[in-house]
Amino acid sequence: MLELQKLTKTYRTGDKALQNVDLVIPKGQVLALIGPSGAGKSTLIRCINRLVEPSSGKVLLDGTELTALSSGGLRKMRRKMGMIFQEYALVERLTVMENVLSGRLGYVGFWRSFLRKYPQSDIDEAFRLLDRVGLLAMADKRADELSGGQRQRVGIARALIQDPRLLLVDEPTASLDPKTSRQIMRLICELCAERDLAAVINIHDVALAQMFVERIVGLKAGELAFDGKPSDMSDAVLTSIYGEEDWHATIRQVDEDEAETPEPAQ
Amino acid sequence: MPVTQTAKGVKIWQLRDRNQTLIRWAGYLAVVAVFMWCWKRISDATTWFFVWDAPRIAADIGGRAVPPRWSYMDKLWGPLWDTLNMATLGTLLALVMAVPVAFLAARNTTPSAIFIRPVALFIIVATRSINSLIWALLLVAIIGPGVFAGLLAIAFRSIGFCAKLLYEAIEEIDQTQVEAITATGASRWQVMAYGIVPQIMPAFAGISVFRWDINIRESTVLGLVGAGGIGLQLQSSLNTLAWPQVTLILIVILFAVVVGEWISAKVRGAII
Repeated sequence: MLELQKLTKTYRTGDKALQNVDLVIPKGQVLALIGPSGAGKSTLIRCINRLVEPSSGKVLLDGTELTALSSGGLRKMRRKMGMIFQEYALVERLTVMENVLSGRLGYVGFWRSFLRKYPQSDIDEAFRLLDRVGLLAMADKRADELSGGQRQRVGIARALIQDPRLLLVDEPTASLDPKTSRQIMRLICELCAERDLAAVINIHDVALAQMFVERIVGLKAGELAFDGKPSDMSDAVLTSIYGEEDWHATIRQVDEDEAETPEPAQ
Repeated sequence: MPVTQTAKGVKIWQLRDRNQTLIRWAGYLAVVAVFMWCWKRISDATTWFFVWDAPRIAADIGGRAVPPRWSYMDKLWGPLWDTLNMATLGTLLALVMAVPVAFLAARNTTPSAIFIRPVALFIIVATRSINSLIWALLLVAIIGPGVFAGLLAIAFRSIGFCAKLLYEAIEEIDQTQVEAITATGASRWQVMAYGIVPQIMPAFAGISVFRWDINIRESTVLGLVGAGGIGLQLQSSLNTLAWPQVTLILIVILFAVVVGEWISAKVRGAII
């Protein structure tokens, strides 16, 4: 579904953030992207929806070559790629509802969005999503009144209301506590399964990635260093990606978590 | 940061070494010398007789100026209203013109950093560097005396001020919010309305009332050059040596400025 061909990004400073990355992600696959800081994980995600312009190579989404699109065509395709950010990136001074509805900006005209006259179907969907992420009661609150976990849920709702085929997720848990991190990862993965969405998730926490995703890709200095199942993860692999260290505690052993109790909505 | 060692091996630390200290003292000496020289020049150019005479003259004028001629108030309501209108409408007009200029001048929103940004910056500097009294002089000559010339003078003077503060606010926004809105497939204008405008609204409101507050003060003097408002009354009273009227006008101006400042403080407090 998503295909990267020889994707390369060289910044103006000369930093080679990505070098000839080839990657194919089938429909509905949730993939975790790991690698040390500066390995090019954020650049890779941003090259897919061209928030960062790739230097060379191709990105294909369902056969459409994103890298060849004009700005109008790119806007149309961006609607199909929901993005979730590390620091939530909500518009802080707008309400939760406005933030969720902003995910529909690619579908409505300027004046409708400016006057907040969204189609009823969008509003229905917004309420449905807020209910799904457990924030229905917060719809009228301003985004800066929410806690980190709640904000990230709004960010997830905003990405999903785009009706995307693909989620691009940039460090969704880096600003959250361990428990909320798990809840957010679980929510993202459940929603991907419900809607048969593919997802690329940048993540630092290797154990957390192993817990939830079906495929892990390692990036090192802009090049692919590992591509495999979570169970293939080993000391040797981590050393090849990050360098020498005692990895014993980082890798999740195969003893499954005890049956998870449903998390109460915050 | 020189460190010296005594015979006992104790490390002595001083902020500056001897040469640096000497240079600093020489610098102080030069400043004092220049100050004294300037003082001498001014003193030579002053007719000291008038200065020694000043307290008597001031007491004389002060004696004539009280009590204020309260009955003159009837003739001041109109000009006072004109003054407030000049300040308020001038500020509104300035904001209408300053917003586009600010977006063209901000590094992260300008359509072209090489061609359009310098033009916008030039507009900001040009309008800011010319005092509103001078704008009023020019405009009175061009469109004739009256409130309209004063209004335009206030507006032109304020464009640069408002646009400069606003474009600085635009440059300081959180770029990730803009990125997030862009990633939804929003158009350029939608990105502006959702990603940028909410972030600069508090700054915009603060700048508006702050400038309005300044403009009330500025518009009280524009009448001196014929641009309408209470300054016109002030000038005619000064010319006819009607000191009790001057006192009343000064009281009225003070009152208007205090009220303006109170309102702008309230509004700013409500926003932040």
